Amino acid sequence: MQTEVIIAGFGGQGVLFGGQLLAYAGLDEGKHVTWIPAYGPEMRGGTANCTAIVSDEEIGSPLVRYPAAIIAMNRPSLDKYENQVKPGGLLVVNSSMLDRPVKRTDIRVLEVDAGDVAERLGDKRMTNMVLLGALLANLPVLPMSAIENALKVHLPERHQRLLPKNFEALREGAKYKVN
Amino acid sequence: MSRELMKGNEAVAEAAVRAGVVSYFGYPITPQTELLEYMSRRMPELGRAFVQAESELGAINMVYGAACTGHRTMTSSSSPGVSLMLEGVSYIAGTELPMVLVNVMRGGPGLGNIAPAQSDYNQMVHGGGHGDYRCIVLAPCSVQESIDLTVLAFDLADKYRSIVVLLTDGSIGQMMEACELPPMQPLKTKFADWAVQGAEGRERRFLTSINLDPAAQEEMNYRLLKRWVEVEANEVRYQEYFMEDAEYVVTGFGSSARIALSAVRAARAEGIKVGLIRPITLSPFPKQVYANLSDKVKGMLVVEMNAGQMLEDVMAANRYRIPTEFFARLGGVVPFPDEVLEEIHRMVETPIPTDSHPRDRWFARVMAKG
Amino acid sequence: MVLDNCELETTVFERPDTLTGANTHYCPGCTHGIANRLIAEVIDEMGMREKTIGVASVGCSVFIYNYLNMDFVQAPHGRAPAMATGVKRVLPDRMVFTYQGDGDLASIGMTEIVHAAARGENITVFFLNNTNYGMTGGQMAPTTMPGQKTTSSQNGRDVETQGYPIRVSEMFSKLDGASYIVRRSLHDPKNIRMAKKAIRMAFETQVRGLGFSMVELLSICPTNWGMTPKTSIQWLEERMIPYYPLGDYKVHPALAEIKL
Ligand SMILES: Cc1ncc(C[n+]2csc(CCOP(=O)(O)OP(=O)(O)O)c2C)c(N)n1
Ligand code: SF4
Ligand SMILES: [Mg+2]
Repeated sequence: MQTEVIIAGFGGQGVLFGGQLLAYAGLDEGKHVTWIPAYGPEMRGGTANCTAIVSDEEIGSPLVRYPAAIIAMNRPSLDKYENQVKPGGLLVVNSSMLDRPVKRTDIRVLEVDAGDVAERLGDKRMTNMVLLGALLANLPVLPMSAIENALKVHLPERHQRLLPKNFEALREGAKYKVN
Repeated sequence: MSRELMKGNEAVAEAAVRAGVVSYFGYPITPQTELLEYMSRRMPELGRAFVQAESELGAINMVYGAACTGHRTMTSSSSPGVSLMLEGVSYIAGTELPMVLVNVMRGGPGLGNIAPAQSDYNQMVHGGGHGDYRCIVLAPCSVQESIDLTVLAFDLADKYRSIVVLLTDGSIGQMMEACELPPMQPLKTKFADWAVQGAEGRERRFLTSINLDPAAQEEMNYRLLKRWVEVEANEVRYQEYFMEDAEYVVTGFGSSARIALSAVRAARAEGIKVGLIRPITLSPFPKQVYANLSDKVKGMLVVEMNAGQMLEDVMAANRYRIPTEFFARLGGVVPFPDEVLEEIHRMVETPIPTDSHPRDRWFARVMAKG
Repeated sequence: MVLDNCELETTVFERPDTLTGANTHYCPGCTHGIANRLIAEVIDEMGMREKTIGVASVGCSVFIYNYLNMDFVQAPHGRAPAMATGVKRVLPDRMVFTYQGDGDLASIGMTEIVHAAARGENITVFFLNNTNYGMTGGQMAPTTMPGQKTTSSQNGRDVETQGYPIRVSEMFSKLDGASYIVRRSLHDPKNIRMAKKAIRMAFETQVRGLGFSMVELLSICPTNWGMTPKTSIQWLEERMIPYYPLGDYKVHPALAEIKL
């Protein structure tokens, strides 16, 4: 069993960290994991994305064309990745940053106003956590407890006081279910 | 030991530290820079030498000097920077010194781009610098293997007074994977009888690569060759997957091999009897493995992220006996497993011509697609 | 930025012909864009667009040929002065310039630049000093100041192990082959205007066949300095200028007659 997740958005939206959390959590659960960013020169303003894979066996390619799930945090990411979700796969979108609905009908779609939820919880930077919570509640890849634990260990020192808020963000996200 | 999640570049740096590297010299270049940045922190912390050189040319010659002392030393770079180092590499080979060079390959030629590529195969495996010399070239395909081969690289360098290249690429360097680091080794305290450390109580020594007398140079070339014969006899490494009953073989190194592995698994799931051979030492090349492939192998697919550099070595190794096809993406484009799977299907479903070169056929297909 | 002591602008800005109009990839607030524009304006004013050949270097300005509308070549990291020499020797009546960062010019390319200057090579060099390697993510450069934190001097540049910065303009002013060596800054309108005059003067040096000219431009890198553009400007003023004083380091006597 192998599950691939692409997270895509603007630099600064916590795209890379979100993917790393999946990898850390997978590692703690004794799975094989890979995390690979699309890396670029330092110049700002670009898009960011990463692929995380969690698997029961040795992972071959760290990149896949048609992943099981995608989190699209903004419009350019939706445009770029909508057609790449594996048929029957899961697409989680941050509807707070979208001005169009998802078109695909052969996949499971979860529209989460994650930006607004995060803002309501007190910090927009937790948008990634809301979306991750939503992903985990709808994709049998890892238990929420594993992510919470990974967050506890890997949230940078200077953000540790935000830990309870981040848990809340995960849980708020998890309330969203594909109908 | 606990398993941790590490980026390839940083894992190589820490593995080198634990293998007892005493000095590191480098210059920033993407996608290798994390290695240099890690060393800039870690080496001073341990009281070891770190210098960000003024250029790769500076860096390799700092390594040259450090290697003369007999202490473990290394540098790292990516393709354009490695090109700049090759003068020094030839001198180090000409002085018969051990050193470890990490090349995190990117798309080229020229400035190219910073995406993962494998286009420095020929440069690393078949020469690079001037003169008659060989480097040992190790090609990891994962973060764990990057660590293991880094440690091995230092041992082989010392054992054979040789340059050992760890040939990775942007994707292995930037990827995070679970890994286990080796224990910290004590630093070397015994040094070879050529190391220059001051002639205290002994005859003086000197290290040079000049040999004005051709006969003496020939002697030296023989010595290098003799050592290489030993390397070829003892150090060939490779890995096989699903080869027991394979009727078709896919082969590639590093990242390509990983991508091919995904495709091979998918093909196996469809019932195709296909296996995978992954050279770990590109130099010495595992010639025997290809030479010994049984006649029941009906076809072989070579997958690379260059225009068929290892392909030539594979075909020569099996003496052009096994019908071969080729597939590649170039310039920093990384193939997806489904592209390789499609090629496996082609190989299995259509007879493989033996009167034309696999590269020509592959390229004709690429051009036909437009 | 000090805005209260600058005159009210009455000119309506137009895009110089020498700018292509392409959006730049520079980070918000980065002064590379200002430097690019100033060069374009000067070349427009001199009417030299079709007689100029640019040599791009390797750094954040690597895509300068997308922004400046003229013939361009792209050099390997640090080698722009050598390539410019090749172009200029074959086409002596063209105006040839390089545009190089501090890593490119003062680190990997120090040999080429020193020898171009020493030869009195009749080319013009624009040298963007932002005290770090911008493009590769903020490593230490030869211009990184003592104590300054970068990703390869994470506790601040330690001069004991990492040595001292190089003051390039001061150093080059000692070379007999150099004719025009000045340092300017891009942190406020007044200084930007002075920078533009220097760019003109450097090109005039070349046009008059007087030999090597270089304008060092102090520049900001908000992204890798980890500051907003505004605090970066302040940091440039307060930290960089004292270390890298602005001024004319060498001016060929024949240039005295030019009034700009
Ligand atoms: C031979 C070689 N080594 C290293 C690099 C990687 N590299 C690209 S840009 C750069 C530094 C550029 O810094 P600077 O010249 O200061 O320009 P800035 O980006 O700060 O404007 C480096 C080291 C390269 N392209 N070629
Ligand atoms: S990284 Fe620095 S120098 Fe480069 S474009 Fe951004 S701000 Fe400018
Ligand atoms: Mg710079």
